Amino acid sequence: MEKLIDLGKYIEYGINKLEENFSGLWGAIDDLISWTVDSMNDVFLAIPFYIIIVFIALGAYYANAGKSAFKKEGLKKGGGMAVFVILGLLLIFAMGYWKESIQTTTLVLVASVIALIFGIPLGIVAARSKTADVIIRPILDLMQTMPAFVYLIPAIFFFSVGNTPGVIATVIFSLPPAVRLTSLGIKNVPSDVIEAGRAFGATEKQILFKIQLPLAKPTILAGINQVILLALSMVVIASMVGAKGLGSIVYQSIQQNDIAKGFESGVGIVILAIILDRITQSIAKK
Amino acid sequence: MADKRKIKIKVEDLTLIFGKRKQEAHSLLEKGISKEEILKKTKCTVGVNKVNFEIKEGEIFVIMGLSGSGKSTLIRCLNRLIEPTSGKVFFKDHNITRETNKELLETRRTEMSMVFQKFGLLPHRTILENAAFGLEIRGEEKLVREERAIQALETVGLKGYEHQYPSAMSGGMQQRVGLARALANDPEVLLMDEAFSALDPLIKSDMQDELLEIQNKLHKTIVFITHDLDEAIKIGDRIAIMKDGVIEQIGTAEEILTGPASEYVEAFVEKVDRKTIITAETLMFKKNTLVQMPKDGPGVSIRKMRSIGVDVLPVEDENRKFLGYVWLQDLLELEKDKEISVEKALKPNVPSVYKTYTVEDMLPLITGIKYPLAVIDEETGKLLGLISQTSLIIEATRFGKKEISELKEQANDM
Repeated sequence: MEKLIDLGKYIEYGINKLEENFSGLWGAIDDLISWTVDSMNDVFLAIPFYIIIVFIALGAYYANAGKSAFKKEGLKKGGGMAVFVILGLLLIFAMGYWKESIQTTTLVLVASVIALIFGIPLGIVAARSKTADVIIRPILDLMQTMPAFVYLIPAIFFFSVGNTPGVIATVIFSLPPAVRLTSLGIKNVPSDVIEAGRAFGATEKQILFKIQLPLAKPTILAGINQVILLALSMVVIASMVGAKGLGSIVYQSIQQNDIAKGFESGVGIVILAIILDRITQSIAKK
Repeated sequence: MADKRKIKIKVEDLTLIFGKRKQEAHSLLEKGISKEEILKKTKCTVGVNKVNFEIKEGEIFVIMGLSGSGKSTLIRCLNRLIEPTSGKVFFKDHNITRETNKELLETRRTEMSMVFQKFGLLPHRTILENAAFGLEIRGEEKLVREERAIQALETVGLKGYEHQYPSAMSGGMQQRVGLARALANDPEVLLMDEAFSALDPLIKSDMQDELLEIQNKLHKTIVFITHDLDEAIKIGDRIAIMKDGVIEQIGTAEEILTGPASEYVEAFVEKVDRKTIITAETLMFKKNTLVQMPKDGPGVSIRKMRSIGVDVLPVEDENRKFLGYVWLQDLLELEKDKEISVEKALKPNVPSVYKTYTVEDMLPLITGIKYPLAVIDEETGKLLGLISQTSLIIEATRFGKKEISELKEQANDM
């Protein structure tokens, strides 16, 4: 069928113009992200694996046990999780995917932090201005429903193959829950509390920082948890544009039809997901 | 009685219109078109309609009305939580409606604090931090604000609860925190929006007593919103009754009960237990004819009685102090004996009341006596007036005169 509108061509034209005119900016972003990811990888890989395992196990224990960390009931609450962390990470190490797991975790952390740096302020803006909400909402829908492969192509175009397009694609995919849940949390703050703040002469800034954000904190933390899990679910797709880590092993095993390798790397991703989820969730519960 | 207290808040022609076509609705309202017509024409609701009142320093001014009467909207216009459409609100001598945002914040921070129906406490903060919230917003040092918050919490009876969280407290206690938060700012005006309406009846009554007690110590100017007439009567120095955005009547509880300005107010006050509100001052009738001792002898006294057709008269001394009653039959005896003083006929030690006594206070006094109750001045003992037993019974029972005479007949028949 003949095309009546050549939408794709306009977008391609726009992206070409963007690439040409801001190539310096894209280069700078690429350098910054690659440098961050690489140096984090170097640091983590320089530390012996058992120290990292102990550290994460203690972190998981403390996050779950909370105030009772040094009491008997703390063991009940956080003990199971600590044991799971130790066994799970030992398994990953024993399977020979330690380096890849570190690379994946770094990618997820960097992408999540970027998503939160943009997502939380956007959520605040969306909660406080109806106009902003009307503009932001369809963009979020687009980011979540547009197949990731579609924006991988321009990502490579801007940043060439490597970790950076992987991080950018992951940020795009995992950003919406940060915006949505921040906005939801702020909108759900009871109006009578805000009115009380106003009546005592609070400025808009004081209302935001002393009332809305503290009360929205549990919802915002749930959003952070979602961001991290969505980022992790993107690692396989990110590996297609050259991001390193467990995802690239999965990708290789698909191409090589290697059932064993596929399962091993898949189990590794699941273990990382459970650890990241439980730790962030128990922080959010407090 | 001229009230010399300063005027703290003055509201002039305050109007608030909800809706998109405010200006249009406002000009229609100016032309005297009814609320219903305006709603039909512009889809705008008139929330507050040209309200005027003055609140004096140290007064508890109650605004009472049912839901939808505009009372909560009105109180929010005083500190501009809701922006009035037109009219003026004066606080002392500055015009709050003209204030810039900065000035308005300052007014809210230092001069007017508010207490809310739903408390409006911050759940993530301790009681102490909640009570210190207003001071924190104002930018007080931590030590200063905590010291004042502790003081305020002590005033409302919450000493020792400083480090609890609101969720661990009952509604009554939470509202005490709300009150402490308002008091900690040491404002001149307290705005209380249905502050006790969400509480259980018993706790509500406690809180009312406590508010009155605090008011006795601190003498704030309080604007209190309620839908409960009993509450209005209990705590209000003056009451404004609101309906459909208009103030129907302003006055003391007694003025409103004894002279309702409209049918609406009348219907409202019908259900109230008048026994506890109507005072001796309202019921008494002035007595101009008295026997003065020792000037008036039996002969003069008898003539005075005959001239107005009664058989009993109150007696006062030369300082106009009330002494008791004399009866016609006793005076006739004295006249026969050629006595020159009425002293022997005087029946002293009769119950007398002050003008602030309520019907409930006075009812027990009239059992077993045949004469009217004397209302005397608290300081001088001067007779101010008399209250007939019949009027007291009518007030107490709300029976008409006819019903009472029927009851009497029935009693006689038995």
